[in-house]
Amino acid sequence: MENLKRVDLIFGAYTNEKYKVLESSMSKSSEEIINEMIASGLKGRGGAGFLTGMKWKFTAAEKDPVKYVVCNADEGEPGTFKDREILTVVPRKVFSGMAICGKAIGAKKGYMYLRGEYRYMLPDLMKELEIYHEHARRFGHDFTIEIRMGSGAYICGEESALFESIEGKRGEPRNKPPYPTVAGLFSKPTVINNVETFVNAVMIMKYGANEFKKLGTSDSRGSKMFSVSGDTPKAGIHELELGMSLADFVNEFGDGDTKAVQVGGASGFCVPRKRFNDTIIGFEGVPTGGSMMLFNSSRSMYNVLHNYLDFFEEESCGQCTPCRIGCQQLLKGIVAVKKGEKPSSYLDQLLKLSDTMKITAKCGLGQSVANSFASIVENFKEEMIY
Amino acid sequence: MTETIALIKSLADRYGRTRDALMPILQGVVEEERYLSDVAMTEIARELDIAAAEVYGTATFYSFLDTVPRGKYVIRVCKTITCDMHGKKRVIEKIEDLLKIKLGETTQDKKFTLLTTNCLGWCHKGPVMLINNTPYPDLNEDKVTEIIMEYIRK
Amino acid sequence: MADTVKIHIDGIPVEVIKGTSILDAAKTVNVKIPTLCHHEDLCVAGNCRVCVVEVEGRKNLVASCAAPVEEGMMIKTTTAKVRRARTDLISLLVSEHNTQCTTCYRSTNCELQALASEYNVDSERYLSVLKPNLQIDKSSYSIEKDDSKCVRCQRCVRTCAELQHVNAIDVAHKGRDMKISTFMDLPMNDVVCVNCGQCVTHCPTGALTERRYYHEIWEAIGDPDKHVVINTAPSVRVALGEMLGYPVGTRVTGKMVNALKKIGFDSVLDTDFTADLTIMEEGHEFLQRVTKALKYGEKVALPMITSCSPGWVKFIEHMYPEHLDHLSTCKSPQQMFGSLVKTFYAEKIGVDPSKIVSVAAMPCAAKKFEANRPEMKSSGYQDVDAGLTTREIGHMIKQSGLDFVNLPDMDYDSYMGESSGAAVIFGATGGVMEAALRTVYEVVTGREVPFKNLAITPVRGLEGIKEAAVKLENVLPAFDFLEGVEVKVAIAHGLRNARTIMDQIKAGTSPYHFIEVMACPGGCIGGGGQPIPTTDEIRKKRIAAIYAEDEGMPVRKSHEVPEIKMIYEQFLHEPLGHKSHELLHTHYIKRKRY
Repeated sequence: MENLKRVDLIFGAYTNEKYKVLESSMSKSSEEIINEMIASGLKGRGGAGFLTGMKWKFTAAEKDPVKYVVCNADEGEPGTFKDREILTVVPRKVFSGMAICGKAIGAKKGYMYLRGEYRYMLPDLMKELEIYHEHARRFGHDFTIEIRMGSGAYICGEESALFESIEGKRGEPRNKPPYPTVAGLFSKPTVINNVETFVNAVMIMKYGANEFKKLGTSDSRGSKMFSVSGDTPKAGIHELELGMSLADFVNEFGDGDTKAVQVGGASGFCVPRKRFNDTIIGFEGVPTGGSMMLFNSSRSMYNVLHNYLDFFEEESCGQCTPCRIGCQQLLKGIVAVKKGEKPSSYLDQLLKLSDTMKITAKCGLGQSVANSFASIVENFKEEMIY
Repeated sequence: MTETIALIKSLADRYGRTRDALMPILQGVVEEERYLSDVAMTEIARELDIAAAEVYGTATFYSFLDTVPRGKYVIRVCKTITCDMHGKKRVIEKIEDLLKIKLGETTQDKKFTLLTTNCLGWCHKGPVMLINNTPYPDLNEDKVTEIIMEYIRK
Repeated sequence: MADTVKIHIDGIPVEVIKGTSILDAAKTVNVKIPTLCHHEDLCVAGNCRVCVVEVEGRKNLVASCAAPVEEGMMIKTTTAKVRRARTDLISLLVSEHNTQCTTCYRSTNCELQALASEYNVDSERYLSVLKPNLQIDKSSYSIEKDDSKCVRCQRCVRTCAELQHVNAIDVAHKGRDMKISTFMDLPMNDVVCVNCGQCVTHCPTGALTERRYYHEIWEAIGDPDKHVVINTAPSVRVALGEMLGYPVGTRVTGKMVNALKKIGFDSVLDTDFTADLTIMEEGHEFLQRVTKALKYGEKVALPMITSCSPGWVKFIEHMYPEHLDHLSTCKSPQQMFGSLVKTFYAEKIGVDPSKIVSVAAMPCAAKKFEANRPEMKSSGYQDVDAGLTTREIGHMIKQSGLDFVNLPDMDYDSYMGESSGAAVIFGATGGVMEAALRTVYEVVTGREVPFKNLAITPVRGLEGIKEAAVKLENVLPAFDFLEGVEVKVAIAHGLRNARTIMDQIKAGTSPYHFIEVMACPGGCIGGGGQPIPTTDEIRKKRIAAIYAEDEGMPVRKSHEVPEIKMIYEQFLHEPLGHKSHELLHTHYIKRKRY
């Protein structure tokens, strides 16, 4: 464990007094909050890794009197379950983070978009929300939060698709620009952050940017919640400092026979054993929303890829050509190669296709299918054929 | 039919009649009736004054907003990678065996529907299933038998 | 002066207004970027990705239709990377497509086919992912929907929503199952569809087409026992040429008449005749309503709204069933023609009406449905046996092997072949109103409308809703109650605009007396049965041709057409008379709204 640093920021250090951090943040100006966020170097925990402070700053600068804060709790990436845990254990921190953001950007309304699969949590969240609203009223923070439910659509985790869904439409990603900071939910300037990001924001307000920055590396500040699953004796949620090597991670969490780790879920990268040593988990290396799936040598990487492609083929919104048809072709293609109906060289054709998807798809989903496809096919080619 | 219409009226009273009320209303109907009938969708279209095709188009985008009849208890077994690795197939077979239906089907008494679904967010405790809204993690054949038997007795 | 942005496209410096898309910026310097989901009538979708280009400094390609220019952008539209990606995208579309091009109605007029050919895609590159066992929906009298040819560009969906406010079809399901669907995937004849056919003219492929009837017509022509009559709508003559080698906006009236005769129609007549008749009936109906309202204080539905456009009629039947009394009871010119062909005309030429096959050449998809409305049997037979689109007529002429371009002009046959310039302008938005005003004003005042050369310019053009007011002064004694009255009229084209008009009526705030509505943008010249493509530029040229045709006509006003006078003298006796009611007027049906 010596090379891995466990942290207890997200679940820990909870104040007994309800909404204390939020209350004390109210004495700070919008500028002070945003400066603190920028100084912390916090990057979004959903996976894309945009600087949170800058996102808040851009939105704060917009002139529109109506703005929104949206919490993305549509945790659908295979292998990710940390937001569910956060919302179960420390929902107060999430609501606090949203409310602080509301203060920073000048928004009066926040939405939490909770995936339909987590519907069972709604009663508890509503109870906490009532407590939040009581306290917000008490110290005069004019910021209300509403929870909207998803209904089983992975793509709604994509921010503009999520807006569409809240607006009552099909969750189809929009063209960008305009970006959410300019025209997001209901076409108003919007900050949308992941559940974990809002918790980090609260911890930054509590301890200050300097304390937060002590964790992690220059490119990846702070700690991160990791959802560890697959062939591991330690499946579960672990908060770790960013910037570790994958080798260290596997040492801690592997079952001694790890042949590959899928970092970042189905839309992330598959790292084979030979690359564990030179792979850094963080924005300078392989970024992740927290999903770490371990596979040992008993697993067929063909089956793994088949499972991912099956997922994408269903969960693509279907509007753009490369994603809708590309996903079908990749799946149909690997099956055909495996069955011997297509020569192994067809895999090269499919790799080119995945590259086309990466550079032409409308949103992050279609663009990232190539990540797992290429990294699995290139590293485990023989498993694809025989 | 009149019950459905009354339900939709009350949902519209609660969530409003603007387009952004559509999802909560659709969800509210599914919560009560397990699926969206053509009557329900037409009625929602009327309440929100949008085309029925838009209601249908929106509903069918979401896996949980079924537009075909479902049982009182909808079982959704996660089929994504780690649940797949840890025995979702055996769990499904066990349920098929217990309920005497195949995947995708509804029991004759309209009590159960068995479906698969994509990642439920319990990868560390797979296989997992939802019965309506309730998650059941850490499944194996014994545990799933116990759970299903309990629902059968309900 | 608006902010401008300076960029380079393929090395060419370009300065355009901020917010312009890369695609539009490229057009200004004649750089053509291929598109598929883009249509200038519609909002930007950015779905097909065929228009991707390379922007210096960016890893990913950019969809040029959806990306606004940014200062200093260096854009390249034909690099190897771009071409590779486009070829791949087109190959993917082909892999999802029913590639039976040889038997496709849209072959050689298909945007996917053109792209696939241009990029020379290899059909073997990918496995076919075409869904098996897709059935063509032929339930509608007007529109056929073949999902196997759909490229999911959503142009039809945007057309139905944005231009027509109908939303008969929408995108349903997601991922590999995503498709364009009616409510519950019901047959087209079972849903709230007005049959306007705008989805057809905006479809880049053969996924949406008009239901064809010309095979039956060829059969009828070949049957010596049948007397086959065709009447051609005003806007067909200014658009048909586009299918037969002429530039947009060419009038081919005489050649069309000749070709139809050579094809073997026993009689080639003019829908313009019944357009003039519509003006006589509708003009008097309007005066009757106004008289009742203003002279006798009776409660009548005003404004009165035209009823020539069957897409519009079905729209109001679905969307505003409580306001059907505003519709003129006049049948459309097509249906007036049908009921007269099997009565008046049959009598005149001495043919048994049961032997007559009455065909209408129309710019329209909805006319097919209209011909099949069960109440349209005033003659004792189905009044109109088939409505063909301009496109079908084009196909028939091609099939006939005629050298169309070199055919000499011919005149329409008689009876019911004579007409005025007022009738021909029915084909353009505002035309019915203009024609009505030319007659009504004269009936009321005894003088010609006070517009130079009879051109009532305020009602012309492509503005969505047009308004005009005509003050009635020095009226004839019979209309003394109208002295000083300012008649307010409005014209709407495209059902989006019709909805605005109807919402005013619904709210009781409509300031108008008389309204013309046409379902299709631009009026019939932009109809759902017209040659593809149709854009505003094309609409303008067709409209210009319509007005040129009007100006060249010896008679410009409906009430002055000799055959019109004759039919009233010999057959109908008077506008709104007993016979008119029997043959020329109709009633409407309340239909489901959702």
